[in-house]
Amino acid sequence: MNSGAARLSLWLLLTPFLLWIVLLVLVPHLQMLRVSFQVRESWDTLAWGLEQYQNFFTESYYWRTFVRTGVMSLFTTFLTLLIAFPVAWYIARLARGRARGLLFLACLIPFWASELVRTYGWMILLRESGLFSSWLQALGWADGPVEMLYNDVAVIIGLVYNGLLFMVVPLVTTLDGMDENLVEAGYDLGGNHLTVLREVVVPWAMPGIVSGCIVVFMLTLGSYLTPILMGGKDSAWFTGQIFTQFITRFNWEQGAALGVLLLVLSSLMVWLGLKLSGQSLRKVMG
Amino acid sequence: MGIESDLFCSGLVRRFGNNAAVDHVSLDVPAGTFFSILGPSGCGKTTLLRLLAGFDRPDEGDIHIRGARMNDVPPNRRPVNMVFQHLALFPTMSVGDNIGYGLKRQKVPASDRRTRIARVLEQVGLPGMENRNPGELSGGQRQRVALARCLVLEPTLLLLDEPLGALDLKLREQMKIELKHLQKAFGTTFVYITHDQSEAMVMSDQVAVMNDGRFEQVAPPEELYREPATPFVAGFVGDNNRLAGKLESVRDGLADLRLDDGSLIRGRLGQAAPNIGERADLYIRPESLVLGGDALKPEYSSLRASVTTTLFDGANSRLEADSAGQTLYARLPQDGSAPRLREGASVQLAWDPMLARVFAPGVA
Repeated sequence: MNSGAARLSLWLLLTPFLLWIVLLVLVPHLQMLRVSFQVRESWDTLAWGLEQYQNFFTESYYWRTFVRTGVMSLFTTFLTLLIAFPVAWYIARLARGRARGLLFLACLIPFWASELVRTYGWMILLRESGLFSSWLQALGWADGPVEMLYNDVAVIIGLVYNGLLFMVVPLVTTLDGMDENLVEAGYDLGGNHLTVLREVVVPWAMPGIVSGCIVVFMLTLGSYLTPILMGGKDSAWFTGQIFTQFITRFNWEQGAALGVLLLVLSSLMVWLGLKLSGQSLRKVMG
Repeated sequence: MGIESDLFCSGLVRRFGNNAAVDHVSLDVPAGTFFSILGPSGCGKTTLLRLLAGFDRPDEGDIHIRGARMNDVPPNRRPVNMVFQHLALFPTMSVGDNIGYGLKRQKVPASDRRTRIARVLEQVGLPGMENRNPGELSGGQRQRVALARCLVLEPTLLLLDEPLGALDLKLREQMKIELKHLQKAFGTTFVYITHDQSEAMVMSDQVAVMNDGRFEQVAPPEELYREPATPFVAGFVGDNNRLAGKLESVRDGLADLRLDDGSLIRGRLGQAAPNIGERADLYIRPESLVLGGDALKPEYSSLRASVTTTLFDGANSRLEADSAGQTLYARLPQDGSAPRLREGASVQLAWDPMLARVFAPGVA
């Protein structure tokens, strides 16, 4: 009786998870995969083929956009890590009691608003008639209005801001578990700030660094609103291409192929990153 | 300051708020000796050790290592290394890399590094363990790696922060003896802090007993045991019986104490002596108490007590007795010389007054 009840409760617990995985993850992806291999011959006939995939590699605009998106995402991830590390260090190692909770909350608060609102916030600051521009004019550092939106720097600022929390949280978690004596031992045995950071702290924090980087990289690569809104029509973000195919051009086959390529290529880059940093997915995601 | 001394401190003070964790401590450790700082938890010994390592700075006083003033020298530039309480081996490095870390910082070439790592591992009894991970080692082995990691740098001074605390009893006994041998073999000056008096007594050349931020007494272990300078030392180092009474008279350094039940007992007057007519405590060790009978010498002082119970523990077997509300322990020799005692039986406990110490009531 007991084993029957246990099995029933196991299935009851598993059902929402299985429904989610199958209906929202597996089925749409398989469907997309199928569509991506269909070539439209005329308005009512379809054939199997690789034409959409060939398009990606022969049309330089597609793969160039993809490379650009990948490189900028990598750069954004790296920048996020550089900014998040000291923040996480402060929260995990230096802040005590209430201050710690408040700082964590301060990191979290921006995420109570949606990505759209956060991005508009940045646009208010950076646009030609925005706050920064008028301050620069008031201080006499600029003669006329300065446009700071619609360039790659603006895109990266917005993306870093969006990724920050997802980098800070895993870093705080790993740094929190580090024995203070390890750092002291690093100094005691003759290390300076740089060697202690490089030889003791970073290797210890590696699982957190890698998991934060994976999350931020995937999030950035797949983000749509921020690059479009802050980069303007020249942002050339890969998700923008997919949107164009599906919605503007109504070319679902090409859109599906680009979507599959995004998934495969980004997974490949994450795998490469794990290999290069000597980490395993199991260790990183704990 | 002695020319020979590896570590010389004068008037060290470290305050946290209004509380002085280290309160005017001075010490002088000759080269090549094993110096222990013994005290209950919270007495300031860890703070003192952190001052010596350079993780913290004294508010007053000076630290000299081999004659050089160290107050403003950061920890990575001091000729001092520390074995941490929980060892703090780098978990992301192999045993060899852990030991090589300090050598690398000193820019020792790689081939040289390898031979020195191999040699020190051999010295601590772990030959060929370079490629093991610290996590795969037993507690005792990790201990040795932590020691090797410091000793390979040939520091002037090795600081040890209760490193044996995490080991089980048997291993701890074994490591105690081993640490002493290693210290002799390397000839490095050890400064060892502990709350375990047995560790301090077995290993040290000199022991400083610390209480409330101050040194109560600095002496070799035997002297500490036989000639405690303060009531705290008498109570903290080794087992001791304390009998509270009033000082009646003093003659030739021997004090007569009137207990509350009217009996008169005698012991040698200690350094922190009370005035006549004031409250005083007499300390007498369990092994100095003899069970009365015929063997009593005339100069012995004695007391009647009733047996509460006997506690059998091999060579440490003891008798618990009660004398007018004060509990006394006496050692029961297990060589057949002790009489069989029943609960409630009346016994006479006697002692040589020269072995007892009388102090003004302390804060022990």
